Amino acid sequence: MLKKLFMLIVAGFFLASCAATKTEQGGDVDAASASSSSSSGGEITAGTQEDLIVNVGDRVFFEFDSSELTVDAQATLDAQAAWLMQYPDTNITVEGHADERGTREYNLALGDKRAFSVYSYLAQAGIDTNRMEYVSWGKERPEVIGSDETAYSQNRRGVTIVSN
Amino acid sequence: MIKKILIVLFFSFNANAALEVTISQGKVEPTPIAITQIFGADSDTARYGNTLRQIISNNLTNSGLFYTVNEDLYIQSDNLVEKVPRFEDWKLIKAQFLLSADVSKTDKGIRLRMRLYDVFNAKEIEKLQLTIPDENLIRRVGHTVSDIVYERITGETGYFDTRIVYVSEIGPLDQRVKRLAIMDQDGHIDSHQFLTDGKNMVLTPRFAPNKQLITYMEYKNNLPRVYIYNLKTGEREIVGDFPGMTFAPRFSPDSQSVVMSFSDPNNAANSEIYLMDLNTRSRSRLTNDSGIDTSPSFSPDGKKIVFNSDRGGSPQLFIMDKNGDNIKRISKGRGVYGNPVWSPRGDLIAFTKLTQGNFHIGVMDVNGNNERVIVRDFALESPAWSPNGRYLIFHRQKRSNLDGTGGEVTIHFIDITGYNERIIPTPRDGSDPAWSPLL
Repeated sequence: MLKKLFMLIVAGFFLASCAATKTEQGGDVDAASASSSSSSGGEITAGTQEDLIVNVGDRVFFEFDSSELTVDAQATLDAQAAWLMQYPDTNITVEGHADERGTREYNLALGDKRAFSVYSYLAQAGIDTNRMEYVSWGKERPEVIGSDETAYSQNRRGVTIVSN
Repeated sequence: MIKKILIVLFFSFNANAALEVTISQGKVEPTPIAITQIFGADSDTARYGNTLRQIISNNLTNSGLFYTVNEDLYIQSDNLVEKVPRFEDWKLIKAQFLLSADVSKTDKGIRLRMRLYDVFNAKEIEKLQLTIPDENLIRRVGHTVSDIVYERITGETGYFDTRIVYVSEIGPLDQRVKRLAIMDQDGHIDSHQFLTDGKNMVLTPRFAPNKQLITYMEYKNNLPRVYIYNLKTGEREIVGDFPGMTFAPRFSPDSQSVVMSFSDPNNAANSEIYLMDLNTRSRSRLTNDSGIDTSPSFSPDGKKIVFNSDRGGSPQLFIMDKNGDNIKRISKGRGVYGNPVWSPRGDLIAFTKLTQGNFHIGVMDVNGNNERVIVRDFALESPAWSPNGRYLIFHRQKRSNLDGTGGEVTIHFIDITGYNERIIPTPRDGSDPAWSPLL
C-alpha cells in the first residue's frame, strides 16, 4: 500500500490526465437516427421517405422477443419491395429496434436480427443488396415513450429509411 | 472485532441460499470511528485537512462498515499525531478506532502525517507519513488513506482509490445524447470528466484490468462497433472492425484480449461470441448456435466465460471454457436472465433477471446454485463489481410516460448483502456504470 502511494506520487495522476474530449468527424448520429415521421400539408414527392410512409408504410412490427416477420409484416414488405423497384435510384437503411424490457446488449442483438429479417426479405424480393444497409438500435431509440405494452408494441419495429 | 462480524456475515450468506429470497440477514452494525480535525497551521493546509477529513469520513461511512462519531462529542481536541491519545476519553464516546492527522507545507510539497489507534486496546495500529507534490493529488490521497484504514481494520482489500466510467445521459428519451464520463468512486463533482462529446451514441463501457483502457460500443457513422478508449492519450481505436455489428465487449483478465459479440451478416446477423487478440488482431469464434449469444464475461483466472444465450428458448446464463468448449447452462430459476458478470473474487456471478414484471439484480455461485436476489425494481441493469467483490453498482430507471416524462436513470451502489444502497451522484442521468480496478 505504501509502495503504491509512492508510485502514485512519483507517477502522477494518470487518470486525471485524460486528454480533453476530441471532436470526431462524422454526422450527428443522434439527430440523424431519429425516425422520420414528418407530415406536411403540401404535395408528397414520389420516391421520398414521406411517400414511403404515407403510401406504402415504412415499418413492420414484431412480437415480443421475436425477429420473425408476421403475415402483416410480409405484406408491408412486399409493398416496400414493389415501391423500391419503382424507384431504382433509392437506397435505404433498415433500422431494427426493441422494446425496453430486456438488457441493452440482448436488445442490440435482437434489433440486429429484426433489421436483418427485413433486409433479407427485401433482398429475396429482388432488391439489390447494394441499395440496402441495416443497423440495430436495440432499445436506445424508442418511437413511443412509455412503460406499457402500447408503447412496447410500437417500439418492437423494423423501419425502412430512405437514405438518399 | 470486525473480523468476527465478517465471519458471522459469511455464515449468514450460506444460510440464506434459497432461490428467490432477498437477503434479509447479514446486516453489519457499522463500527464507530472518531476522526479528529486534520490539523493545518495556515489557511491552505487547514483547507486540505478539511477536504481530506471529509473524503475519508464519507468513504468509510459509505462502505456501510463504519460510522464517524460526531465531532461535537469529542472530549480531547488535540492533534494526536505526536501525542498519545487519552484513550479513556475516546472510550467514553464509544469510538472503537481513532484517526488523527495533520497537514503541513514543506519545500517538497504537502506533507500528511496520520496515526490510527485501536481505542479499546489503547494502541497505535497504523502510522503514515507522505509528501505530495501538489494539491491535485489531495482527493487521491484521501481515497488511499481511506483504503489503508479500511484494510487495516476489516482485513479486506479497499476499493476507494478507484474510478467509475459510465454513460452520461441527457435529452428526450427517444433522442438521448449519451457520452462516456468518468469520476471517482464517490461521484464527487470535482473528479467528474466527460470523455466523449455526445455526437455519437456510446454504450456499455468497461475498464481494462490494466487500468489504462476502456472498451465500449460507439455508433460512429451509424456503424455500431466496439472501440477502445485510452485514458492516457485520449485516443479512440476501433477493435471490432468486422462487417457487421460488434458489441458487448469486456477485457480478458490479462488485458490482452477483448471478448465481444459479433452479428455476422453471413450468419443471418445472429450474435455469436468472439475473442479478439489485441496484439495480433486475430479473432476466434467461441460460440456457434442459432440463438443469440452475448454479454460474455471472463472468470478472473481467465479460464472460463459466462454469457447470455437464448439457445434454449428464453435468455439464460451459460458457462464455457475460454475456447468455447463445455457449454453448460447455470441459471436455474424462472425468468429471463441477462448481464452476467463474474466477481473479481471468482466465487460469484452477478446478473439481472426479469420475472413477474420486475427486474432483479442478484448473485449466484458459478455453478448456478444459491441464487440470491439483492435488489428488485421496475428497471435495473448493468451490475458491476467493486474490485474487492463486496459491492455492486448498477443503474435503476424509472417508468416513462407517453408525455415524455419519467425515465430518469441513476447509478446506485449496494452491498451484496442487499443493505446500504445509495445513489452515486452524477451531474446528469447515468447508466452502464463500470468500476476500475484498485488504482
